[in-house]
Amino acid sequence: MNAILQTRDLWKAFGGLIVTKNVNLSLAPGARHALIGPNGAGKTTLINQLTGVLRPSSGSVWLDGEEITRIPANERVCRGLSRTFQINTLFPQLTPLEAVTNAICVRERTRLNILKRRFFRVSRRSAVIDEAYALLEQLNLAQDCLVETHTLAYGKQRLLEMALALATKPKVLLLDEPAAGVPEGESDELFEVLNTLPKEISILLIEHDMNLVFNFADRITVLVNGEELVTGTPSEIVEDPRVREVYLGKGH
Amino acid sequence: MHSFLGVLFDGLAYGALLFVISVGLSITLGLMGFNNLAHGVFAMAGGYLLVTLISKAGIGFLPALPIVFCVVALGSLVLERTLYRPLYKSTPLNQVLLSVGIIFVATAGVNYLWGPGQQPVVIPEWLSGQYAVLGLDLSRYRLFLMVIVAAITLALVFGLERTRFGAKIRASVDNQRTAESMGIRVDRVFQLTFALGSGLAGLGGALGVDVLGLDPNFAIKYLVYFLLVVVVGGPGSVFGTLLAALLLGVADIAGKYYVPQLGAFIIYAAMIILLLLFPHGLLGRRKSR
Amino acid sequence: MSDNLAKASRHVSFLRGRERWKSAEIAFWLTLVGVYFVFPSSLVFASQILITGLFALSLDMILGYAGIVTLGHAAFFGIGAYTAGLMAAHGWHDPFLGLLVAGVTAGIAGYLCSFLLSKGGDLTRLMITLGIGLLLYEVVNSATKYTGGVDGLQGVEIGKLFGVFGFDLYGKTAYIYVLIISFLLFVFTRSMMNSPYGLALRSIRENQTRALAIGIPISACLTNIYSIAAVIAGIAGALLTQTTQFVGIDVLSFQRSADLLLILIIGGTATMYGGFVGAVVFLLAQNWLSNLNPQYWQFFLGILLIVMTLYLRGGILGGFSRLVNLFRHWRNKEHS
Repeated sequence: MNAILQTRDLWKAFGGLIVTKNVNLSLAPGARHALIGPNGAGKTTLINQLTGVLRPSSGSVWLDGEEITRIPANERVCRGLSRTFQINTLFPQLTPLEAVTNAICVRERTRLNILKRRFFRVSRRSAVIDEAYALLEQLNLAQDCLVETHTLAYGKQRLLEMALALATKPKVLLLDEPAAGVPEGESDELFEVLNTLPKEISILLIEHDMNLVFNFADRITVLVNGEELVTGTPSEIVEDPRVREVYLGKGH
Repeated sequence: MHSFLGVLFDGLAYGALLFVISVGLSITLGLMGFNNLAHGVFAMAGGYLLVTLISKAGIGFLPALPIVFCVVALGSLVLERTLYRPLYKSTPLNQVLLSVGIIFVATAGVNYLWGPGQQPVVIPEWLSGQYAVLGLDLSRYRLFLMVIVAAITLALVFGLERTRFGAKIRASVDNQRTAESMGIRVDRVFQLTFALGSGLAGLGGALGVDVLGLDPNFAIKYLVYFLLVVVVGGPGSVFGTLLAALLLGVADIAGKYYVPQLGAFIIYAAMIILLLLFPHGLLGRRKSR
Repeated sequence: MSDNLAKASRHVSFLRGRERWKSAEIAFWLTLVGVYFVFPSSLVFASQILITGLFALSLDMILGYAGIVTLGHAAFFGIGAYTAGLMAAHGWHDPFLGLLVAGVTAGIAGYLCSFLLSKGGDLTRLMITLGIGLLLYEVVNSATKYTGGVDGLQGVEIGKLFGVFGFDLYGKTAYIYVLIISFLLFVFTRSMMNSPYGLALRSIRENQTRALAIGIPISACLTNIYSIAAVIAGIAGALLTQTTQFVGIDVLSFQRSADLLLILIIGGTATMYGGFVGAVVFLLAQNWLSNLNPQYWQFFLGILLIVMTLYLRGGILGGFSRLVNLFRHWRNKEHS
């Protein structure tokens, strides 16, 4: 199988504390893969190693057949590995239009010579701005795209998280608890957006909301204490006694 | 050889003073991450208060010291409430600007009230003069300084390690969020620590009048030294601060004694190199927030 | 679909409107031209204000747009000033050559220094910038043989501009020279800040984690802007040397770095004009209050800083734009 994103024997320790233990994760192209596990299982640490914020102690990370273990975080984004954050990580004083335009300009920057990149106004790149607007419209952000980000409602900011990640045209998208903190009533909009994401993008989803996980994912990996407990289809995961033990405790 | 021991002695005494003044800044910085450049203002306030108490109120040198400590500590509480508190969560730039503003106001105010000159201090007779030890002339006052600093260090270490309040401080420095979730009121802990640290700075300033001098530019002149001690020592670490203060004291005095033509060059160069080698301080740790 | 396109181009025009030269900006530069005719006796002082404004603009690039706090920016101003001074004192009298070499020298220094800023927290970085500034001051102070130490560099002789316009005692040539150079550098900076590169810089200031996550090479960007800002600071320093025909050691002092920070903050950061407005207000107020009593000036400045950080963020231009917004809001209400 040709995995689009893969880790091989990934291992990370902070001093004596092992947070990632021999993880072999593999995403097929177009996958809808969920990563679940109790708090402190090492999910976010794993994401940080995939994106290049943390360097693993040993093992390797592969994207589309190339090793990216030693490649810096920003370069991984250019190669098609993008992420959203569990806590809103946005540009408070930029408008969503500027923020997304920025992300697209960064993606397209090698197509422009340095003079144009440095000294030509942003507004001269109407194709980029149109693309940014179309993306924002797709995510129901069109009405709010000219006000500063910090004035947006929380749910809208969650959507902008996604828009920024999508603007980089990822091959693989890592979604770190996209529904975190979104009140019940507003989460429908988010689910809808998740379900309409193009099939070419492979997705790794970290989520606590089991409803969302089982509706969305076709494969699930359960991570416990930094170790891969089991990987399988949703129905296999539901049946697995070890998973029940982790989530419900012994005796059930 | 003798001159070397003399330099070492003077340097240690000087470093001890830097420690007393800076330790409060170190702990509050470790606690709140507040970039307070105005810490020297409390030391300056202590110095002027001591001079005034002795010359105007006729209080003796020793009894004046605890008064200085208490008054500066109380005064700092007022500043903490009115000026510092609103900016805890603000950007480093705002914190720097606020503290520079405080330095300017203090400098101008002191200049207006006491004039631009150096303030003299009369040290009691039993503290002036020298002891001859192994052929070395050791200043009594500097010995007295070291004894006081040793006592303060022991009290601080004991307080931090063995008391309930000390445990709260350590927990808060270590991880603010966890401490809060355990029911520690971090803002209250910070307030008291701030007062204690400022009081110590005031005490240090009072003790240092004879060694560091005292004029309206005190807070600016020694700003680099206090910050240096804290940053090199690693914010939040008492031992780191002590080590950095003693090293800096000896290095500064030695530099001025052996290579006076280089001036402050050595200190600044050492500072940059140390900061590059230990960006989180000699004994500091990366904070996990 | 065509409806969408119409809407989208509305958004393009929104961005275009932001980047266009506004009438207030044109008025600002015309006023500076007007100063030449209206205050012919204060041109020396006016040149100093302009140079300080240009220097503050270079700080705005790194502080306002990229978000790096520095207490040692005078280092690059001083390097430029001494480079231009030493050249002029050793036989290279051409002013343009002086500007060029001063800018390049300061830029190289900035490039090298930028690597020292990649480590540690905010305070560590602040201390390193402070340390570099103080260190350079000490170096120049002790190299009396070459720099004149505290007495300053003597014997600075500047040649005629294009071999025709000599620098006169009233500072007429100097003012026009400074105005033209400042304007050119301003246009350079302005177009850079409105470009995709400028947008990327602002996003780094806003949120480094996210900037990295959309693929911006942060440290390369910061190194880059730090060097460019150093070039402009160096040119500002060279302009001061050339128009005063003297270099005092105070070009490198901590006071200059601190004052510069205050000027920019008072004027307003990330506005392009904050530095110039701040320089006008600061230098005029300093001139007036210090004549009364130097302590008044310091006291007033301190109070101003405290009040501004607690209540009036954004400086003069920030406050002004808030007033304008308030007015617009109020007018919209009236209309509806």
